[in-house]
Amino acid sequence: MTAYRFLVNGVPAEVEVPGMRRLLDVLREDLGLTGTKEGCGEGECGACSVILDGQVVDACLVPICQVEGRIVRTVEGLSLAARERGALDTLQEAFLEHGAAQCGICTPGMLMAARAYLDAGGDGDEDHIREAIAGNLCRCTGYTKIVDAIAAVAHVD
Amino acid sequence: MPAEPPIDTPRNLFEAYERLAAGAARPIAGGTDVMVAITGELGPIPERMLDLSRLEELRGISLEHGALILGARTTYTEIRRSTVCREHLPALVDAAATIGAAQIQNRGTIGGNIANASPAGDTLPVLLAADAVLLVGGQRGEREVPMTAFFVDYRKTALAPDELILQVRIPLPAGRALRFRKVGTRRAQAISKVVMALAWRDLGTAGWQDVRVALGSVAATPIRAAATEAVLEGARPTPEAADRAAETLAGELEPIDDVRSTADYRRLVAARILHRLLRDAEGW
Repeated sequence: MTAYRFLVNGVPAEVEVPGMRRLLDVLREDLGLTGTKEGCGEGECGACSVILDGQVVDACLVPICQVEGRIVRTVEGLSLAARERGALDTLQEAFLEHGAAQCGICTPGMLMAARAYLDAGGDGDEDHIREAIAGNLCRCTGYTKIVDAIAAVAHVD
Repeated sequence: MPAEPPIDTPRNLFEAYERLAAGAARPIAGGTDVMVAITGELGPIPERMLDLSRLEELRGISLEHGALILGARTTYTEIRRSTVCREHLPALVDAAATIGAAQIQNRGTIGGNIANASPAGDTLPVLLAADAVLLVGGQRGEREVPMTAFFVDYRKTALAPDELILQVRIPLPAGRALRFRKVGTRRAQAISKVVMALAWRDLGTAGWQDVRVALGSVAATPIRAAATEAVLEGARPTPEAADRAAETLAGELEPIDDVRSTADYRRLVAARILHRLLRDAEGW
């Protein structure tokens, strides 16, 4: 067991766990941040997507030893500024408005992939958005409403 | 929760070599293959792991003496964004763009793709067709291994247990063209049914020289198709020559049926991809 320190949603975290524990398990089991979902557990579905130092990653494929000293954002901290005001992130608002969430299991990961894309300067082009969320599977929506929601935010930003 | 074998995080290559010399440890860089293997219990759980994520020696993309040098930890995202790669080896950029999706490309590394030695590794045909050479190292020293000698058998490589892949060195001969094509079930997150790279130098009336035809997902390892290369070498790829090359390739390959495709489909598609690449190159 080793102590690992990192930032989660702007808050310092320290866990004493095996270094090979998946970031996904640290978030859900050790830190109680259950917004991040486990889907396939093998990097196919994107349900566990979080943002690590500005890049979207599958939390099921990241051992916690590689998170030491780094910055993690999960769906709970999608927009820290908005959360301060008790509001949702613009992406979350857009998902609600466009009906982009149905069963919801893909939604946290979908939001994080979309947020990483927009934060990196992504535009409202449909092909670009579809590529940005190609690693996030959704079995309900058929993707169209998700793409619409992300495009709406891209056009506002 | 999945198994959590003990892991060491060396701060530099010297420490990493020491750990490897002291006993077997499974290296992990981006984890996109290793973590899946452990979580899915695909094979025995490694007794120890070696975290490569702090080894800055394994990073960086540069041009040296007419060759493209990629540190083993170079990620697919870094390859896609690299102006050097885009200018000098766009086929590798094309290959990197077909691997997984953003989540995988941000983490997966070229050294990992090579060391994992999957017959379906998407960068591997490009590296074979480009005559890439690997620089590997350990406490006993460094050595160069040509890609053509690296894949020994199904998921078996020429890397010793106490060695790491340090760099991929890709020569950039003048006038070489290199094309990449992958066929999978969908555009993203697909493991290849057939993946191919074709390289050549066009010497005009003297025809094509240094022809390389490299494939993945059609044998136990990534391979070069020697008989097909011989058909194309020194000739102009006319429609007739392309027919002959495609036929030779279909006869030369011995793919298998598995969950992703069938042997018949792979043979047919490989031949058609080659034919299409030749047609596109010659514009007939």
